Amino acid sequence: MELHSVGENAMMLYLGEQASPEVSARVQAAATMVESALGDDLVDLVPSYASLLILYDALATDHLSVAHRVRTGLRTLGDLATREGRTVVLPVYYAPEAGADLEALAERAGLGIDQVIALHTGVEYRVYAIGFAPGFAYLGEVDERIAAPRLATPRQRVPWGAVAIADRQTAVYPATSPGGWNLIGRCPVRMFDPDANPSMPVSVGDRVRFEPVSRDRFFELGGELE
Amino acid sequence: MSFRVTQPGILSLLQDGGRYGHHRIGLTNGGPLDAEAFYYCNRLLGNPPGSTAIEISFGGTRLEAQVDSYICLTGADMPMHINGREVPGWQVVPVRAGDEIALEFARHGCRAYLGVADGFDIAPSFGSSATVMREHIGGLRGDKLHTGDTLPCRAVAERRCLSLPARWRPLYQQHVTLRVIPGYQQSRFSRLQQRRFFSHSYTVTDRCDRMGYRLEGPAISCEIDGILSEGICAGAIQIPPDGQPIVLLNDRQTIGGYPKIGSALSLDTAHLAQLAPGGTVHFAPITPHAAHNALHLAHSFRQRAPLQEQQP
Repeated sequence: MELHSVGENAMMLYLGEQASPEVSARVQAAATMVESALGDDLVDLVPSYASLLILYDALATDHLSVAHRVRTGLRTLGDLATREGRTVVLPVYYAPEAGADLEALAERAGLGIDQVIALHTGVEYRVYAIGFAPGFAYLGEVDERIAAPRLATPRQRVPWGAVAIADRQTAVYPATSPGGWNLIGRCPVRMFDPDANPSMPVSVGDRVRFEPVSRDRFFELGGELE
Repeated sequence: MSFRVTQPGILSLLQDGGRYGHHRIGLTNGGPLDAEAFYYCNRLLGNPPGSTAIEISFGGTRLEAQVDSYICLTGADMPMHINGREVPGWQVVPVRAGDEIALEFARHGCRAYLGVADGFDIAPSFGSSATVMREHIGGLRGDKLHTGDTLPCRAVAERRCLSLPARWRPLYQQHVTLRVIPGYQQSRFSRLQQRRFFSHSYTVTDRCDRMGYRLEGPAISCEIDGILSEGICAGAIQIPPDGQPIVLLNDRQTIGGYPKIGSALSLDTAHLAQLAPGGTVHFAPITPHAAHNALHLAHSFRQRAPLQEQQP
């Protein structure tokens, strides 16, 4: 574990070198610990794959005090029950009309479309990080047989709900935006709704499973195809 | 009771102190690029710090007052006229319903803050009115100001017409020194690369916006192309594979995978954001101790800089 000052009000805590469910669980436990250790001095937290960025109120405290409180808290971290995230099931309509890259991805993988769907739905993913855009959850890890590099030329417009793969990560686009991931289906659930509470169906550390649904069921659940 | 936008200018955004506590769902902080000028705007008006004001980039904005109140313009030197009569910046001035407020283009600096007594009354989104256009959140409809927009505020009958004397005001020059706390992947940049970074001047390119300022100068190489994505604080200096530094600002993405050499002090990024393309930048390393002291002194200075009462 390493803790460094990285800015005038920022310390970075590294909890591992690589993404793994164990490291992700440590990041979650550390986030909970830091919240209680810093209380009102904490301004914001950015948990990611193997690190936790801690933003503190530099007019109320300082890097020495923050480092002391975080290090003290880390000593007891092993005793904390790891918060096991919830499992969230997200419905997906997998079809070429809903995922423009589904056929090409299957062809490159030497698999049938049904096999791609089976591999994508056969894994329980972990939410490693949320970023890029509000509600964009990075889920890992995709079975290596259907891992696919980002598109050479990103699309100008990826629709909200697009289910996509980049390398061994998968995600559901929370809003219509540019994007370079391989599109394989559409999810009718809004991954980010500023008017809902909570505004996201998942948090960092949760588990996600995808469940294939029919075209009709997709529309019943509020899905859209253009 | 409100102000009506009759001409939005190039980029006018409602901003408060920023949106904090939601990085975890990918929301960035937004807020004023020049926190110093924004602070003085509210202090002069007697508003609580962080009251909502308009951040006007480059100028060209016109408003019509539909209320009797007081306004104040700080930041970039953007000549302001009320009904054709020039009124000073860094000073609280009264306005009456029907007045036309017109801002010219900035002569020095490029971000100005136009505040109103008691602040604009904008419904917060995730606890803040800060507009982040990339996220479609904050302000009005998550967007910049448009012609015809109504900016609600209270009628205020009495307010002292305070000004910040010229000698206390920041100077916006064409060159800015950014004090940098080395950190993040600093150790993955060789000594030679670090020396190059800290000893050369870099120029602001035309790719400069609220997400970040992309600079151009001697390329800095890093031992690694990318890292496992991690949280990015405001002011972080990212070095992408082309070696040209990007100073990340208020609307940056919250996580990213490019190596970073350190983070610039907010006191200095406030002045960086006043640079237009062609402006130049130097980096100077400082310790976290020195950064902490600088923040406290600047805060104390801003709170105590003497204000003068003017005849309205």
